[in-house]
Amino acid sequence: MDGIHDLGGKHGFGQIVRELNEPAFHERWEAVVFALSGAVGAAGAMRNVDQFRHAVERIDPVAYLDHGYYGRWLGGIENLLVEAGLLTQREIDDRVQRSGGVLGRVAARPSSAPDRVDYAPEGLAAQRPLSAARKFNVGDAVVTQDAPCASHTRLPAYARGKRGEVIAWHGGWVFPDANAHGLGEQPAHLYTISFPGETLWGPGAEPATTVSLDLFEPYLKKVVKP
Amino acid sequence: MSEAKPQALRAEALESILIERGLLKADAVDEVIALFNERIGPMNGAQVVVKAWRDPDFKARLLADGNEAIKLFNFSGGQVDKLVVVENTPDVHNVVVCTLCSCYPWALLGLPPRWYKDPAYRSRVVREPRAVLKEFGVELDEGTEVRVWDSSAEIRYLVLPQMPEDAADLSEQALLQRVSRDAMIGVAL
Repeated sequence: MDGIHDLGGKHGFGQIVRELNEPAFHERWEAVVFALSGAVGAAGAMRNVDQFRHAVERIDPVAYLDHGYYGRWLGGIENLLVEAGLLTQREIDDRVQRSGGVLGRVAARPSSAPDRVDYAPEGLAAQRPLSAARKFNVGDAVVTQDAPCASHTRLPAYARGKRGEVIAWHGGWVFPDANAHGLGEQPAHLYTISFPGETLWGPGAEPATTVSLDLFEPYLKKVVKP
Repeated sequence: MSEAKPQALRAEALESILIERGLLKADAVDEVIALFNERIGPMNGAQVVVKAWRDPDFKARLLADGNEAIKLFNFSGGQVDKLVVVENTPDVHNVVVCTLCSCYPWALLGLPPRWYKDPAYRSRVVREPRAVLKEFGVELDEGTEVRVWDSSAEIRYLVLPQMPEDAADLSEQALLQRVSRDAMIGVAL
């Protein structure tokens, strides 16, 4: 989906702000959110990491930029809990107000017709043995899919419709574009594709730079060499 | 103490509701804090880097198959499905990002710093890595190739920094002090 999360190459965010001796968690509530992410899994509201990432991508875009990493997770967790029917946003609002808090901007945007993920992952890791032969070899020139899609994908917009080179093959992996939506794991071959800076950013690109991405076979087409 | 953020209040409201429903253990938050303060952090990655500097056979195994090579450390938690270690050399500098979310090798580096998760780093480092590296204080020769790794699937990247020139004179402990988290992300030398 063309969400605010797809940040690669966007202009205007300015200086990178760093902090010396940063703690793992700045405030207790950040660790609360981390613990909640485990609880939604145990409660069956989040069955896989792809479903979780997509839940985060679907939060309010202004909150996405403003609430920080754990604020984004919180919005995704609330989406999943509400969509699973485990609680309502009204219940959370009431609890915040009863404890004397101000509601502020609510990040979660739960869908009224959510996808149902009714299966558990087939393994702890995301690698899956795949009997289908791979289409590409290291050294092949490939071009990435150009069409945007409304659903979850791990092909960033900046790498759409671009020509790159296969530099590694990683075997079969769970396909996030299907798994996030409850359509099964549909394992696909995964490759690392390297793109020259000029291919991605045009003639103004910095010299002698490449960007490599790990991309699934359904995103790729072979370039027929003239 | 600044005023509590709305997202903090909301997180705590959810916490109390889920504890009442029996969906969250009351001590789960303390366990998370202890895990990332004590057991998982950049000290894990630093051990891997120093062993690679001191043991060429290990380095070769690490570059060929990261997961197999690091088994001997028995790191717990923060699963990395596939670890790919990329080596800095005088001709090549590597830097890691996740533009779509904030994927990071937790088992080796702990939780990522804020700047790694913020829009400024995620948007800029793929488009202008040299400018970003300069902001971090990394000055590279014009001829040095910069390779950016955008972690768009479940593979996690760790940068193997160049060995310090005086490494032969240094103890293992002293070498461990030379490996920074930022160097293993690729934004420091």
